[in-house]
Amino acid sequence: MAQKLIFYLFAIITLWSAVMVITRKNPVHAVLFLVLTFGTSAALWILLEAEFLGIALILVYVGAVLVLFLFVVMMLDIDLAALRAGFVHNLPLALLIAAVMATEILLLVGSSEFGLEQFPKPAPLGAEIDNTRELGRLLYTVHVYPVEIAAVILLLAIVAAIRLTLRRRSDHRSPDPARQIRVERSERIRLVKMSPEDVSPLAPASCPENSTASN
Amino acid sequence: MIALSDYLILGGLLFVIAVAGILLNRKNLILILICIELMLLAVNMNFIAFSHFLGDMTGQVFVFFILTVAAAESAIGLAILVVLFRTRRTINVEDLDALKG
Repeated sequence: MAQKLIFYLFAIITLWSAVMVITRKNPVHAVLFLVLTFGTSAALWILLEAEFLGIALILVYVGAVLVLFLFVVMMLDIDLAALRAGFVHNLPLALLIAAVMATEILLLVGSSEFGLEQFPKPAPLGAEIDNTRELGRLLYTVHVYPVEIAAVILLLAIVAAIRLTLRRRSDHRSPDPARQIRVERSERIRLVKMSPEDVSPLAPASCPENSTASN
Repeated sequence: MIALSDYLILGGLLFVIAVAGILLNRKNLILILICIELMLLAVNMNFIAFSHFLGDMTGQVFVFFILTVAAAESAIGLAILVVLFRTRRTINVEDLDALKG
């Protein structure tokens, strides 16, 4: 009963904040409501015994991706009125399409096809079964090749994002490694012949720099 | 008890809200990206619900990879958006017609 209450509470918050995301005027508010949506979804995932993914959703998604969104939204100086221009004009069409899609989905996944009779609630896993350990075991044995590909995709994202946003300034001075390693010894060092100096010891009073060096 | 259909309906409604969001905010590139994130969340919700009710961890592995790819996608998408704003001074989708599509 408590689970049911928690589920409906979090489901209602999720749907309400999702509606808020798409109707807010200010993109910053939209991103903040998206944070709320992801947070409550993480709670629902933990209710489904997917603890690792629930925590990963908060840490990785809310902590990194949505903060990135916030940064970008706050950095751009956009004209909000122009971007909102078609909102009311598009509203009837959007509501119509949403209603049709929602009806279709509700007809397909209603409780007559996916109810408790067809898919009974599995017995709750005990405390001795560790979701993170099980997921890790699966990831690093059965699905180790996709994990490698995912790592390469993340590397690709890093390289692409940095290369896209890297700005070359004309007045920017930076060392050129190719020129640095091609340099010859003769370009930097010049040996000169000179006659030897008189190195006889002088009195300390007449040569102060010599005395500081010896100290 | 909570049935599988409850989670599927929640996922479906989230997806529908995201589709409506794309239609409503057709000019704002940032909100379109945000709505894509919402869609991926709905899909992940379905995966985890099925994984729980079928007793198969592979669904959670799938969600793991979807999260990875979605993070990469949004990072590159936002980078493109920043470059776009820097060169065109706008993120209005209707102004981005250089390719005459």
